[in-house]
Amino acid sequence: MTPVQIVFLLTAALIIGSAVMVVVSRNLVHAALWLVATLFGVAILYAILDAGFLAVVQVVVYIGAIAILFIFAVMLTRKEMRDRGPQHRKDWWIAAMIGLLVLAGLVSVLVGQPEINRIAGPIPPDFDPVLALGHALVSPDAYVLPFEVASILLLAALVGAVYIAASRKP
Amino acid sequence: MTFWSDPINFIAEWLRGILTGWGMALDWANVLIASLGIISLILFSMMLAIFLVWVERKVVARFQDRVGPNRIGPYGLFQPFADIIKLIIKEDITPTGADKVVYNLAPVLALASVIFLWAILPLASNIYGVDLNVAILYLVATGALGTLAIIMGGWASNNKYALIGAFRMVATMISYEIPMVVALLIPTILSGTMSVRGIVEAQDPIWYFILSPLGALVFLISSIAELGRAPFDLNEAESEIVAGFHIEYTGMKFGLFYAGELLHAFTFGGLMAILFFGGYRFFGLEQYPLVGFLVFLAKAMFGYWVIMWVKYTMPRIRIDHMLAFNWKFLTPFAFFVLVVTAVLNKVLSGLDTWLFASLIFGANLIIAWITIEILRVYSRRERRLAEGNIPAPVPPAHH
Repeated sequence: MTPVQIVFLLTAALIIGSAVMVVVSRNLVHAALWLVATLFGVAILYAILDAGFLAVVQVVVYIGAIAILFIFAVMLTRKEMRDRGPQHRKDWWIAAMIGLLVLAGLVSVLVGQPEINRIAGPIPPDFDPVLALGHALVSPDAYVLPFEVASILLLAALVGAVYIAASRKP
Repeated sequence: MTFWSDPINFIAEWLRGILTGWGMALDWANVLIASLGIISLILFSMMLAIFLVWVERKVVARFQDRVGPNRIGPYGLFQPFADIIKLIIKEDITPTGADKVVYNLAPVLALASVIFLWAILPLASNIYGVDLNVAILYLVATGALGTLAIIMGGWASNNKYALIGAFRMVATMISYEIPMVVALLIPTILSGTMSVRGIVEAQDPIWYFILSPLGALVFLISSIAELGRAPFDLNEAESEIVAGFHIEYTGMKFGLFYAGELLHAFTFGGLMAILFFGGYRFFGLEQYPLVGFLVFLAKAMFGYWVIMWVKYTMPRIRIDHMLAFNWKFLTPFAFFVLVVTAVLNKVLSGLDTWLFASLIFGANLIIAWITIEILRVYSRRERRLAEGNIPAPVPPAHH
């Protein structure tokens, strides 16, 4: 077993364990913090895959913005941090069945692939993934249109939020 | 390759030779050497934090016209050790109703978020943790982890002052992150890379402080806000909320927050040096990595001194002023500087280096002058309005 595989297994255990704790934990702030641990684990996975940009953006966006927003929302809207209701519905087994079926399907597809045992080689030194990503985002024959559309969508959301939040002067 | 031209790789090669000679697999030898490197970097930064306690106390004493610690050791140099012993033997209190795990995790994460930054700092041309090609974004990401640590500490203490302090800190950090990211984009645009080592190498004849003094100023202001130091220390405003988010922490848990704060300030001094003052470069001295390392430390110490200078000179500003200053002034200003720098960088790219530098410096001067004029007109109008609305009870004699 190589060191990278050990790191991968530990990270996978961290992700699965904390993802389970997100839904099991009765304290809502704890659930949000476990969610942070899960998202951080995903960032580690990206780092293992040599996708440094994605790893860092994962931390900036999901931990720096979304998780903190979650924690704020929980703190500002709830007086009681504990959730007392039942934690599962009567028909939870249907969801479990669907989950297991999806897992079985994924495993059966992946095992059939000849590439599954191949280990990715290192990125060649003259290839900069961030540079390639940057070029792809602004070049007309790649993703400039979706990129701009997403920017306009976010701008519209920003303007809408300001409009809703702004106090109207009489 | 000798020790003097490339010390870290020299030691790593030597260790690798010994370890593989003992029959260790190359992979595992590399992992072990990397872990040793990480541990020694962390140890170095922690020992630096001990020294910084002395520096901070000595400098604040000078600003306040005192002598500072001078009893233990030469110039009071061993004072931090006495401080540490005091912190360790203090009673460790966990408040009733505190969330124990989160409460104990917060100081660790607060210090860790600072030490994470050291992974990308190029201490010399070939002494660095990792040369990340997204280092600028990494810097922002570690700031997010620091914010998280403060929320955790403030919430888990089960204390209203702690929670208010944490909320204020988060409001500051989230708003000042925007001008900081914009200011970070300026060296990125000028050098064409997000790797901090690339940015240092790109400041070959001219430091970016000359090309973008306004960017450096915006970075300094927003990093002081990110550090939560005066004039932005609303998170621990003693006169209002006692000590803010770390009000309930005692002993070494408080010590971790304190060491984290000092190291954070020093690290931002170092980032200032790297992004705008040429990092480890100083007239060719950087070809000897150990000298370059000392140059970097001196520049970082200067940045740290500027941050302390501001801290001990300025009064604390009010929270609405702080947010208004950020959203109505600093953010638009930073964006304007960024756009002008980006356009000029493209338009003037063919010119001779020194002509390019002087033109872009002149553009910065013009922006500064326009900004000051706009501010003057605005403040005059505000003053007139205020004078018109509130009739002065006693007319001033000199009018």
